[in-house]
Amino acid sequence: MSQYSAFGLLRGALNGQKHWQPAWRDPEPKSHYDIIIIGGGGHGLATAYYLAKVHGLKNIAVLEKGWIGGGNTGRNTTIVRSNYRLKPLHDLFEFGLKMWEHLSDELNYNVMFSPRGAMFLGHSDADMTKLAERGDAMRCDGIDADLMTRDEVQKLEPLLDMSRDARFPIEGGLIQRRGGTARHDAVAWGYARGADSLGVDIIQKCEVTGFVRDGDAVVGVETTRGRINAGRIGICVAGHSGHVAGLAGLKLPVESQTLQAMVTEGVKPMINSVIMSQSLHCYISQSDKGGIVFGGDPDNWPSYAQRGNPMVMERAVAQGLALVPALSRLRMVRTWSGVTDMSFDGAPIIGETPVRNLFLNGGWCYGGFKATPASGWTYAHTLATGKPHALNAPFALDRFERGATIDETGSGPMPNSR
Amino acid sequence: MMQFTCPHCGPRDQAEFIYERTVDAVVSLDATPEEAMKSLFTRNNPRGVDEEIWRHTYGCRAWMVIVRNRVTNEISATRAVGPEALP
Repeated sequence: MSQYSAFGLLRGALNGQKHWQPAWRDPEPKSHYDIIIIGGGGHGLATAYYLAKVHGLKNIAVLEKGWIGGGNTGRNTTIVRSNYRLKPLHDLFEFGLKMWEHLSDELNYNVMFSPRGAMFLGHSDADMTKLAERGDAMRCDGIDADLMTRDEVQKLEPLLDMSRDARFPIEGGLIQRRGGTARHDAVAWGYARGADSLGVDIIQKCEVTGFVRDGDAVVGVETTRGRINAGRIGICVAGHSGHVAGLAGLKLPVESQTLQAMVTEGVKPMINSVIMSQSLHCYISQSDKGGIVFGGDPDNWPSYAQRGNPMVMERAVAQGLALVPALSRLRMVRTWSGVTDMSFDGAPIIGETPVRNLFLNGGWCYGGFKATPASGWTYAHTLATGKPHALNAPFALDRFERGATIDETGSGPMPNSR
Repeated sequence: MMQFTCPHCGPRDQAEFIYERTVDAVVSLDATPEEAMKSLFTRNNPRGVDEEIWRHTYGCRAWMVIVRNRVTNEISATRAVGPEALP
């Protein structure tokens, strides 16, 4: 693999940029791999990369039913942050955020990580109390958090409706200045290029249709491109976790729902940070191209449709317009949706399953993108050693029957009320 | 938006309904702790047809079971539940 560099670009400029090579191969599947990862999204590709890079494994395949990064990796709102409330989530997401800060160098691929600040808005005294408590919890675990006054919020985001008769009055905020956004596709492509250069086979258009069992263990997968044997198999398919685990006879604590996002035409810089409101469940940021990216609640019913419902879109846009009235002048140019696997406590699942040699990474709800590096790192450790890393041990699949749920919002086993 | 046929009110927009849970997620009164755990915390979650409980919250407020395909949104059956549905 040739290194990308400014010097290479300059040299390319002299010979018509003819030096570019495909960033990864398109190999035929082999008959056996030591480790197979099902799902070529950011998490799956990151897992493969760290398996090869950190654990020195050579015989690894990533199987992807469509094209890499074509699922939720390419359908999210690209927000990166670690401003959670509970310690296991702090540990995992902060580990990830620290990796984001060096990811472009690590991969020699510009993931355009932009720590522009991730700000929660508070709309009432009760909101501000909750944000202060969250900020305290974060600082106790060594994560940056600053409570903001109304004036500070207004200074950072002058276009917010700060009037006293606003539909959603703004009393203040909580900002994590190290949070921000990244370029979603570049994350998948960067990890793919890195993994491929370390010998990982990335096999696209290869859907897993079943598992090959030997007693209580899995020993391979049936795919649309034939049978492939494997030592260990890792499921990493986001919204389709329930479906793929179902092929192995497992019933998971997840329900798949649609999550929508949308983007406006590009305009000059007008939104400086990532504005989020958890009381409303609305988030707004501006992409580097200038489009205003909106997101809202999931469609709160089960769906694998990968297309959104205007009813839910309207709610997200109405909230956005109430917060930033200037947005009403912009045209919406694209909307899309992904299938998210909503877990029953809102936290992800990374670890072993009751089937020997079969592992699961899923249940990321609507918050998987920011965790891509940490998810890959811990899942690679789990797949390489057969045991969870300290960071993902609390996120075991059996935590529900042990009563050890990690319920950030305290809403119980109801994904549709999260 | 989908349109559901409420057994009591006829065809209505989905906006009037709220999803509750799937039929397999209802804990029976004589369930063992293991069965209750499975009902509360796991789902079949098929990429296909499942039986779902919805409520006509902004209409007659009755519960109903809707059999729906989660990929195509096609609805193959709707039936009332509760005392009015008893024989």
